[in-house]
Amino acid sequence: MSTGTAAILQLTGISKQFAGVRALHNVDLNLYAGEVHTLMGQNGAGKSTLIKVLTGVYSPDQGAIDFDGIQIQPASTQQAQQLGISTVYQEVNLCPNLSVAENIFIGNYPKKFGAISWKAMRDRARQLLLKLKIDIDVTQGLASYSLAIQQMVAIARALNTQAKVLILDEPTSSLDDAEVQLLFGVMRELRSQGMAILFVTHFLDQTYAISDRITVMRNGEREGEYLSSALPRLTLVNKMVGATAPAEPAARTQPSPTNAPAANFDGKSGRASVAPFMQVTRLAKKGSSYPFSLTIRQGEVLGFSGLLGSGRTEAARLLFGADKADGGHITIGGKSGIWNSPLEAIADGIGFCSEDRKHEGAILSLSVRENMHLALQARAGIFKKIPLALQQATTAKMVQLLGIKTADMETPIGNLSGGNQQKVLLARWLITQPAMLILDEPTRGIDVHAKQEIMQYINTLSRSGMAVLLISSELSDVLNYSDRILIFRDRKICGEFNYGELSEDSMQQVIAGGHAE
Amino acid sequence: MRLKLFRQHPLMKPLSAFLFLLLIDAIVIPGFFQFSIKNGHLYGSLIDIVNRASPLILTGLGLTLVIATRGIDISVGAVAAIAGTVAVLLLASPAFAHNPMLWAVAAAIVCAILCGIWNGLLVVGLGLQPIIATMILMVAGRGLAQLLTDGQIQTASYEPFFFLGSGYLFGLPFSVYIVAAVFVMMTGLVRGTALGLFIEAVGINPVAARLAGIRAGAVMLFSYALCGACAGLSGVLICSNIQSADANNIGLLLELDAILAVTLGGTSLDGGRFSLAGTVIGAMIIQTLTYTIYSLGVPPEFNMIIKALVVVTVCLSQSSELKKIWTMVRSQLPARYVKKTS
Repeated sequence: MSTGTAAILQLTGISKQFAGVRALHNVDLNLYAGEVHTLMGQNGAGKSTLIKVLTGVYSPDQGAIDFDGIQIQPASTQQAQQLGISTVYQEVNLCPNLSVAENIFIGNYPKKFGAISWKAMRDRARQLLLKLKIDIDVTQGLASYSLAIQQMVAIARALNTQAKVLILDEPTSSLDDAEVQLLFGVMRELRSQGMAILFVTHFLDQTYAISDRITVMRNGEREGEYLSSALPRLTLVNKMVGATAPAEPAARTQPSPTNAPAANFDGKSGRASVAPFMQVTRLAKKGSSYPFSLTIRQGEVLGFSGLLGSGRTEAARLLFGADKADGGHITIGGKSGIWNSPLEAIADGIGFCSEDRKHEGAILSLSVRENMHLALQARAGIFKKIPLALQQATTAKMVQLLGIKTADMETPIGNLSGGNQQKVLLARWLITQPAMLILDEPTRGIDVHAKQEIMQYINTLSRSGMAVLLISSELSDVLNYSDRILIFRDRKICGEFNYGELSEDSMQQVIAGGHAE
Repeated sequence: MRLKLFRQHPLMKPLSAFLFLLLIDAIVIPGFFQFSIKNGHLYGSLIDIVNRASPLILTGLGLTLVIATRGIDISVGAVAAIAGTVAVLLLASPAFAHNPMLWAVAAAIVCAILCGIWNGLLVVGLGLQPIIATMILMVAGRGLAQLLTDGQIQTASYEPFFFLGSGYLFGLPFSVYIVAAVFVMMTGLVRGTALGLFIEAVGINPVAARLAGIRAGAVMLFSYALCGACAGLSGVLICSNIQSADANNIGLLLELDAILAVTLGGTSLDGGRFSLAGTVIGAMIIQTLTYTIYSLGVPPEFNMIIKALVVVTVCLSQSSELKKIWTMVRSQLPARYVKKTS
């Protein structure tokens, strides 16, 4: 702990406005060498903006950045990196078609006699990754590795330059527990070498597991800076959400009364009386899913759980027609077959929120209104254009209902924060009034408060008869909100459990292959 | 606030460029804005420009949709040659003795639509890159037109056909009405239905568009087909105007001017947001530029260079990289590292 010494990076009075919207107001932030400093706050609290100011993506309207006692004005991320401030962003920003080694050294290739030295590049890339305890073939294309490995490559790339400050913007949002531990090991190692680490996350457990110091932001302002040992969890949550905090996360692992499923799902007799919405028989696709069968009932929340790559997302994509199955069939309302396209699934009342918001969900330069109406309009067809006035009314209603923070409804969705984009995409499906909604990681990269709002809303909808298929890496979400849980391992369903039959521990065992059925 | 909205309107840049050009013309070309009536026809520089720009405007309108889907069609010139040739040849054929013009023109447009569908199938069905896919027809199409004409210039002799490209109606060139009708129909098609939204969604993010239920392939195929139809119509207009079919020269390099018109009009080659009105203005800028150069007696060789300068200027004004560099340079004008005073 170097509390007494001067901060290596000091932000004072940073303010930033976008088109009249106040993103940051008079924010201070101090990073010390040899410390992990966690930045916490809800969606739209200004965390991402602050980091972008720090790394030269935006220039602040007011305020100063002091690095090692010198005032700096980084005008680009490259410049910030040259100064010694390296960043790994929330969404991996690498080139999937280049090799791992090329990705690490991109723009900074080791040279020999003026030509790129491929051997030196491979060797150094391997060394850097070995430091992170990752042993992979660095000549392979990045796309052939999982998101988690890609994340590690991004970190290795940040370490390649002589960084004094390392910024990790939600690095754990796509990692499983073992990988998070691996990352934390790396962070501890770097910390002991004197690196100042700024860690942005929504996970409270992780915050307390790794950080020495916490800065809390709310509504674009700094709420305060605390030593993590001196800040109880509940206080932290209260500071993040303001006075009207819901009593999260202490109660999260136990089902709260509102989360308890309706009585008719508790007993087997009651369950049978609920009409199935969709029956799936030996649906399969070569290379992504082994044949699986399942039933989804009206008003039921069916949870999919499993590690990354266990096949849960692949199965969901077949259920929506995002990928075309090559075996088995789906039965809905007496009709049987497979989807040829998502449009067919949408026509039968199914909605699908992808886990990959940036590439498969949001259409960034279209407005909030247009993004929200895309699926409804696609189902209505090209010639039945939804009147503008009706679109505006619907958008206004959904913006209010879901608490979407946007300057106005014609703002491009790309200008919104991640959580608000996610809410718009959720609204895209809600206005189609789906009979079944598939939600793949609906709360990834979303803060505690918004997450609870979204989950509660989903709960309400399912009680009114909508079938929900919930996929989440967070075990507690799946445990608390699902009436039934299917666990995936190695692209197969390896277990089915009713609400209450699993605890987080036993679930983890099934996921890891402890006692498969 | 209202002024700001006005200034940020996407049509603002092309429109001010066009007005600037007209202003220069008003100063350097005597009588540029004068109109006169001869034989009941309205004459004047502006009328002449619109008339001559019609094939380019038509082609540009169709191409706008293709570019908005993040595609490109460089075969429009060749398609114009095919359609124009087909129309002229059919007019001379005895099979079209009854009401020849309607059928000949309709057959020409159908050929052009088939060309567009061919392009679309290569792009959508086979996944070829649009520039390569349409290059096939760009090269082969003109050859096909030359085969149809046996390498000779075929003259048309059916008088009513000439009316399309050089006739007058209520004092204005007839081609102006054709352009206006196509513009109104296309605007109605893309903005009166959800087609425009779907095209933009597909152009920005085809994967997300498909997952939202949009039939991305069908939208793209339709755009290429419509682009073919527009190019075909412009080929017919060109042949009607010169009263013959010259397969070597109909619509030669038309694709380049059309791409330029679309870009000048503010539609990005990256796809997404598009503006049909912008394309019309873009085409008018190009034609006005040509007209100005000729009227000033500048040797035609300079035409290309001046056009190139305009292209560079417009592209630079749209470049986000340049904007970044500019803000970076501005922010660095004061010292890059200022020693802390305290």
